[in-house]
Amino acid sequence: MRHSKLFLAAALLGAPLAFSQDTVIRGGTVLTVTGGTLSPGEVLIRDGKIAEVGASVTVPEGAEVIDATGMFVMPGIVDAHSHIAAESINEGSVAVSSMTGTGDVVDPYDVNIYRELAGGVTTSNILHGSANPIGGLNVVIKHRWGADAAGLVLEGAPPGIKFALGENPKRSRGMPAGVERRYPATRMGVQDVIRQAFIEAEAYRQEFADYEAAKARGERALPPRRDMKLEPLVEVLEGTRLVHAHCYRQDEILQLLRVAEEFGVRIATLQHVLEGYKVANEIAAHGAGASTFSDWWAYKVEAYDAIPHNAALMTERGILVSINSDSAEEARHLNQEAAKTVKWGGMSEEEALKMITINPAIQLGIDGRVGSLEAGKDADLAIFDRHPLSTYAVNQMTFVDGELLFSREKDQAMREAMAAERTELEAKLSEGDGAERGPGRRGPREGVRR
Amino acid sequence: MTRLGRNAFGIALALTGVGAIAAGQEEESWIIQNARIHTLAEGAEPIESGSILIRDGRIVEIGADVTAPAGAAVIDAAGMDVYPGMMDSVSQLGLTEIGSISATVDTVELGEMNPHLRAATAIHPSSEHLPVARANGITHAVVAPGRLGGFGGGGAGISGQASIVHLDGWTVEEMDIDASAGMVLTWPTLSTRSFNLATFSMDRRSFREAKEEYDRQVAELGEVLDAARRYAAAGEAGARERDIRLAALGPVVGGEMPLLILAQGEREIRGAVEFTKEQGVKMILLGGSEAWKVKELLVEHGIPVILGPTQRLPGEEDEAYDQPFTTPGELHDAGVTVAFATFGSSNSRLLPYEAGHAVGYGLPQEAAIRAITVVPAQLFGLAEDFGTLEEGKVANLIVVNGDPLEIRTEVEHVFVNGVPVSLDNRHQSLYERYRSRPHPER
Repeated sequence: MRHSKLFLAAALLGAPLAFSQDTVIRGGTVLTVTGGTLSPGEVLIRDGKIAEVGASVTVPEGAEVIDATGMFVMPGIVDAHSHIAAESINEGSVAVSSMTGTGDVVDPYDVNIYRELAGGVTTSNILHGSANPIGGLNVVIKHRWGADAAGLVLEGAPPGIKFALGENPKRSRGMPAGVERRYPATRMGVQDVIRQAFIEAEAYRQEFADYEAAKARGERALPPRRDMKLEPLVEVLEGTRLVHAHCYRQDEILQLLRVAEEFGVRIATLQHVLEGYKVANEIAAHGAGASTFSDWWAYKVEAYDAIPHNAALMTERGILVSINSDSAEEARHLNQEAAKTVKWGGMSEEEALKMITINPAIQLGIDGRVGSLEAGKDADLAIFDRHPLSTYAVNQMTFVDGELLFSREKDQAMREAMAAERTELEAKLSEGDGAERGPGRRGPREGVRR
Repeated sequence: MTRLGRNAFGIALALTGVGAIAAGQEEESWIIQNARIHTLAEGAEPIESGSILIRDGRIVEIGADVTAPAGAAVIDAAGMDVYPGMMDSVSQLGLTEIGSISATVDTVELGEMNPHLRAATAIHPSSEHLPVARANGITHAVVAPGRLGGFGGGGAGISGQASIVHLDGWTVEEMDIDASAGMVLTWPTLSTRSFNLATFSMDRRSFREAKEEYDRQVAELGEVLDAARRYAAAGEAGARERDIRLAALGPVVGGEMPLLILAQGEREIRGAVEFTKEQGVKMILLGGSEAWKVKELLVEHGIPVILGPTQRLPGEEDEAYDQPFTTPGELHDAGVTVAFATFGSSNSRLLPYEAGHAVGYGLPQEAAIRAITVVPAQLFGLAEDFGTLEEGKVANLIVVNGDPLEIRTEVEHVFVNGVPVSLDNRHQSLYERYRSRPHPER
């Protein structure tokens, strides 16, 4: 620990740890994403923020200097669609589950937080699943590995909610015999559920408006009973809660946009949106963002027309596009997934990088904090040993809020220490009872959550 | 969709698609000129600027100084690289179209002992997956029946024979390279937990119970191979009763056909190695998530591994985050023969990136390229015809504008079975169609 005394003092005071140590990263190529490429470039980190970015920055006395010669410094990757770090994902028993949210079940011990950090991901949008037309609320986390559940949450991120269209919410698949089917069972029904919910939310909002008006007139009135299902939907109507809508096919995409427009709502992001390229004009006119996979296709009918050029085509029509993972595995190489938009669709390298940094940040309304290397933003960054769009690029360091939370070198040292500890413990174990232990005699594995 | 074979019409279409090709008089031969040629022949350096002459499906001449015969169609590959076509060592190409629609899926037959079934029987030449894979440089592939996801309980047994096919041809017979290339065996998993589909939850059982079932399954496999030996002996002695299951296992017990054993865990790999040594049969390990734990064993017994996918999560929480990425390099360094495979269909085009991902984590780049070209050809006994660019070999090759393991590299031309194939596919057509959709009036 560099500053163990300071650490101790902070702990004793119960105050949040102050980042007194300045860090300068120099010698490498800096991919700022919004302000071009600086080669070489330098970054000064102070108090968890990016203090300076440029061809050369102030090097304060006592600053830790990281030599990034030959390396590439980029903003921490932002994943607009993730399901890690949550104890549960789908409340599928009802068609509208807006009374639930992943923010209530954040699991700070999920090792995927760390594994993705190792891939350069620093911010993830933890979404409810796609079992219902209107799903639960999301939470945006930072990969502050080691923090508790509350500490992971990106403070100030606009609230959001999951919607879902198509095959998943209509549950046309996979219902075992004898299980009662839940409405809706068609895309018509999906649209109906969303429209009905908006109607209910409007009425609920009116009840409160009437109550407030009565109070203002000095009348005695009872406040309406709160409804936790409808409150978030009122926020959607008010435009203060972002809708992230899972969708695949062009028809369902259009239907959602039209229902939303009926109620004056703008959909923040269409998620997956595999046929978005077919209705790109309409999506652009509505003003929704699009967050898609790079190249998955054919795993179900609604993914049969998915093409890897989707991101590029939508971008060409003026849509703000991000590449997401929807997978703890895929998230580990989102830099490669972004590279696929260069190959399929001819995006420039800068545009490709935007799709995993500033674009998702804008979509989530957190671009004031993250998504690019600019003075004043959070010091979330990743350092790759090659250009991050290379298949061979390996992330070496990831900083979150200026803290080095992943270092490949330290990780390797840690695993040696862990292996040594394991050997030692195993030796003790066999000394203990002399009996050979089969796997059946081990206790339940800790920390395994599914 | 444009599907090309050896006919003038198809060639004409191919030529319109690739401007660099000048139409020849006889469309039976092609010459690729001015290319950097990575022959991958043993000990050979790349030819910095050379030509490849292709006729009747084969490479006729290759070198720095090849004269273009009159009538040969010319492909100017200046500034480009030529490599052998890539081979997906285990795929399900043509056996499945839309994963969630069982009517389109022919990967898994009922029953646990189906050595007589062959993948080639059910490969759909019109599958949209084939041109998609081909357009990214996959020219031929092993197609294997079975549940290749293979983790957890269930699915153990022999799922049938893997077939090797060109990813182009009017019929599956034209695509054929080797219809019976290997016998796919999903090794039993010794697991105390299994997923119960009826209750949608995990069932647990004692280790003893699991071990007993595992031992029984392994014993049964041994009995089947013994029966195949007796059957072969009886046949030689004149017995006339036919058993096509046992007959199909003849080449396995005879040592001609490898068992392609899908096993992930250390214990299962050890069990499979022990079994094949006892039985005296050839083994190629598929999957091998924990092969890194048994490197010495694999080297000792000369067992090659078809790894894949590289891009997967570690098997255990306490496994290093990058273990799946470093495994190929670790095995290579230890002297294990390594090939890559996608084990999939729609994602078969990603084969070069499964290999490429391992390069950042220690696998030499050249070894990664070899692991998707030469090595699989050798593993399946096809090295005389496939895997390198040498005179006399089948002309399955790719022309690319850089390193094929890099995502940003474009595949410019693909030859399958000696013929340039269209790079058009479902994705490209949809792309072009919707790209031409009118923009809204401003």
